[in-house]
Amino acid sequence: MQLPILSILVFLPILGIGVLVILNRKRHKELKVATLVISVVEFLFSLPLWFNFDSGTAAMQFVERYDWLPAYGISYYIGVDGFSLLLIMLTTFLTPICVLATWEDIQHRVKEFMVCLLALMSGMIGVFVALDLFLFYVFWEVMLIPMYLLIGVWGNPARRVYAAIKFFLFTMFGSVLMLVAILVLYFHYGKTTGTYTFDLIKMYGVSIPFNMQFWMFLAFGLAFAIKVPMFPFHTWLPDAHTEAPTVGSVILAAVLLKMGTYGFLRFNMPLFPQAAHYFVPLFSILAIIRIVYGALVSMMQKDLKRLIAFSSVSHLGFVMLGLFTFTMPGVQGGIIQMINHGLSTGALFLIVGMIYERRHTRMIADFGGLCNPMPVYAAIFMIVTLSSIGLPGLNGFVGEFLILLGTFKTNIVYATIAATGVIFAACYMLWMFQRVVFGQTTNPKNQELKDLSWREIAIFAPLILFIVWIGVYPGTFLDKTKASTENFVAMMEKAKTTQVSQSHVFKGEAQ
Amino acid sequence: MTLTIPSFQLSSIGPWLTLTVTAILILVLDALSPKGQKKVCFSWLAVAGLALAAFQTIGLWGRSGTDFARMVYLDNFANFFYLIFILGAALTVLISRQYLEDYGKNLGEYYALLLFATVGMMLMAAGAHLIMIFLGLEVMSIAVYVLAGLFREDLRSNEAALKYLILGSFSSAFLLFGMAMLYGAAGGTLFLSDLPGRLGADPAMQPLVLLGIGLLIVGFGFKVASAPFHMWTPDVYEGAPTSVTAFMAVAVKAAAFAAFARVFFLAFPALKVDWNMLLWVLAVATMTIGNIAAIAQTNIKRMLAYSSIAHAGYLLVALVAANQLGAMSLLYYLLAYTLMNVGAFGVVILVGRKKDSYLNIYDYSGLGAQHPVLAASMALFMFALAGIPPTAGFVGKFYIFSAAVQAGYIWLAIIGVMNSLVSVFYYLRITVLMYMKPAEADLGPVAFSPAQTAVVAVTAAGVLLIGIFPGLIYTLAMNSVKIFPGL
Repeated sequence: MQLPILSILVFLPILGIGVLVILNRKRHKELKVATLVISVVEFLFSLPLWFNFDSGTAAMQFVERYDWLPAYGISYYIGVDGFSLLLIMLTTFLTPICVLATWEDIQHRVKEFMVCLLALMSGMIGVFVALDLFLFYVFWEVMLIPMYLLIGVWGNPARRVYAAIKFFLFTMFGSVLMLVAILVLYFHYGKTTGTYTFDLIKMYGVSIPFNMQFWMFLAFGLAFAIKVPMFPFHTWLPDAHTEAPTVGSVILAAVLLKMGTYGFLRFNMPLFPQAAHYFVPLFSILAIIRIVYGALVSMMQKDLKRLIAFSSVSHLGFVMLGLFTFTMPGVQGGIIQMINHGLSTGALFLIVGMIYERRHTRMIADFGGLCNPMPVYAAIFMIVTLSSIGLPGLNGFVGEFLILLGTFKTNIVYATIAATGVIFAACYMLWMFQRVVFGQTTNPKNQELKDLSWREIAIFAPLILFIVWIGVYPGTFLDKTKASTENFVAMMEKAKTTQVSQSHVFKGEAQ
Repeated sequence: MTLTIPSFQLSSIGPWLTLTVTAILILVLDALSPKGQKKVCFSWLAVAGLALAAFQTIGLWGRSGTDFARMVYLDNFANFFYLIFILGAALTVLISRQYLEDYGKNLGEYYALLLFATVGMMLMAAGAHLIMIFLGLEVMSIAVYVLAGLFREDLRSNEAALKYLILGSFSSAFLLFGMAMLYGAAGGTLFLSDLPGRLGADPAMQPLVLLGIGLLIVGFGFKVASAPFHMWTPDVYEGAPTSVTAFMAVAVKAAAFAAFARVFFLAFPALKVDWNMLLWVLAVATMTIGNIAAIAQTNIKRMLAYSSIAHAGYLLVALVAANQLGAMSLLYYLLAYTLMNVGAFGVVILVGRKKDSYLNIYDYSGLGAQHPVLAASMALFMFALAGIPPTAGFVGKFYIFSAAVQAGYIWLAIIGVMNSLVSVFYYLRITVLMYMKPAEADLGPVAFSPAQTAVVAVTAAGVLLIGIFPGLIYTLAMNSVKIFPGL
């Protein structure tokens, strides 16, 4: 019998919570070590996923399926394809790093923190593997609670509660409408085919009248757009990022935001392809607004963390732009860019977190000349900054290049405007870097700063390894997504020419 | 003239008899026992009676038909509700003893009244004749009026009882009036199974029928605390002893919904178009008013009172949907609601300590640090009430809204989910206070009495269990609503 790897990945953190509950809450070291061990084991379990993954097929792999509520057509149905594989690997890869990053940062309520972290991990992986709409929705919502607690309990005292509630309500607003859309889809599918199921793969095939697609695309799209977040639903993000503890920001940026873009790729576009084509201009323009607006706002930030948060807004604009091209380079670039953003923005938040631990301030004006007391820190900061602005040879370049390539194929105007975002990114990131790291060490407090410890270097080493790897040889990663992307692009191409009936009003079912 | 007594089987009303006998036994023992003695045994006696009744109910499972000259239905719909009432009553008994003892009110009649009220509820759920339902309603209501005023030295408790009595009697009058009109319109029958055939017969009677149905809605709407008949709820819930509030919020509401659903689904399926519209408006108003008013509350009991109004609104959505799924979701949701709400009230009693000293929501500040397990269970109940997975509250809402969508009421479903979004705000505030605010003062030790702790533990486990494995209850509930052929 094959090992149910995916289920192990989903439920191992839950088991880990069981272990943590038994441990003594006073002994922080033990709790941290235990969590680290659990997350490393989790990562090890995810490795077979990577190596046994068959890149030649777009079909779902490692599928597990058990009836959950058969009368309703709900099943515990999970699997991965090229899209989700990379995101799962990103999640399992980043979690041990996050645990390491909490070593000094989190000193009170350590036990609860670790429990939240593990619960979050389980929820995130659940979202990426779920192939049943009900199951997906459950994971999607479950994940909210630990993240909400992470921000609200361990965030900055001043505004953490505000940020946590804002995060929760914004996300929930989108997802409850998605729930109604899921139900409408469910009954539509049941009515047209006679079988009632929440099976996503089966639903891909059903023809939905355009009018209905239009509304459902918007309902699903709102949930994901808030998560990504698309302009103008992004206002929760800077607050959440700024107030969250370092690790919260890392997970938020690296994984949680990807759920939005992943949602578009997995649900919105394949389920409602005609509507997706219809909405290309709207979403592309919103994405471009994000790219440029995010960049401009970043430039003016005085707080390092806020600056990175807005740069996040800008970078994910590229992902959305790429996905909405429905071309090979655009979509593949979008996926790679999701990973890139996870690595480099995650690393940037860690960098800010480390300097904050030392100086208890994040204001750019308080720094300057950090390269003198902290050469290693400065070097790592440099690499990550360059990766974030897309220097060739590092990961950011690959993603942005592919996305722009895909966009040029479909719409030159979009691509031209979006490309300016790359330039802006260079402006604000390098300017920020210059103000923080270069120059004279004017502030005496900065002169005595300690450079990175071995633990901190160990946190960055794997991140930088992959930043360079993706930059130099992206083929390793692009291969995994190729088959799925081809399938996706072909499906979208076919949908362009398929006619669906124009109008239809959902009337419920005859009794 | 000879009076013929129709043949009947006592076993078909076994649970009623058991509870009545237990209640009388408690009263007698109370009268006989010497003054000042600790009255522990009554709560155990009540629980034993309820357990026996539950056992009998399970024995009745699967029976169908009527008994007592067609006055009583024997069906799984009734049985399912019996179990909800018994569960609600048993949990209430268990959270009551220590709480009442602190007040010096651990009286035999409290338990007897609780059991009588439960019998009344059973009459409502199984009544096959409108008068039977009315009798049940009165048996239940009168017992609960008294229970609400149990703390007779306390002004608020008095206010609660008086308000509930006067408004309740008023609503009963409406109900009776409605029944009278239906009696006239149907040509002299009040059997639920006869009504559908008779009501449509004479078009001239149509206004009378509609008026009758409207008045029934008023009567039932009052008991389920639906807007605009909800005005009594916050005051009564706040003033009544907390354990009684828990009982009212879950069992009384469940009983009213049982009768509401049975009457409307069984007797008026042909007039669905008419009453659906009215209930649609009521559902929207109830959800919205309940949720929005709850935001402004600082007393935890008042907040839960408004939240219970909002939940009545969700349950009305299930009635509006008026399909098999809707009826099933009603049953499931009421069970889930019983678990999560009694659990929440259990925590309120524990945190309130002696004589409800801590009922302000700010008293929950810092609870997460001082009593992690208690706070975690409260958080679980709050998330469940807000409808967040993997709790029973989520599955319940999922069922209800899917019933609404199936019936084509998409806007109703959208309004419903938007309302649960609003509700998240005030439920979340409790978790904010518990985990994200420092304690205003040292809360001191909480006296965990074994029975109360057990209630919180059992309800918490139940909320998770039927939330993660919704199939367990789904089958039972689906099986129970097969009796409505019109849906």
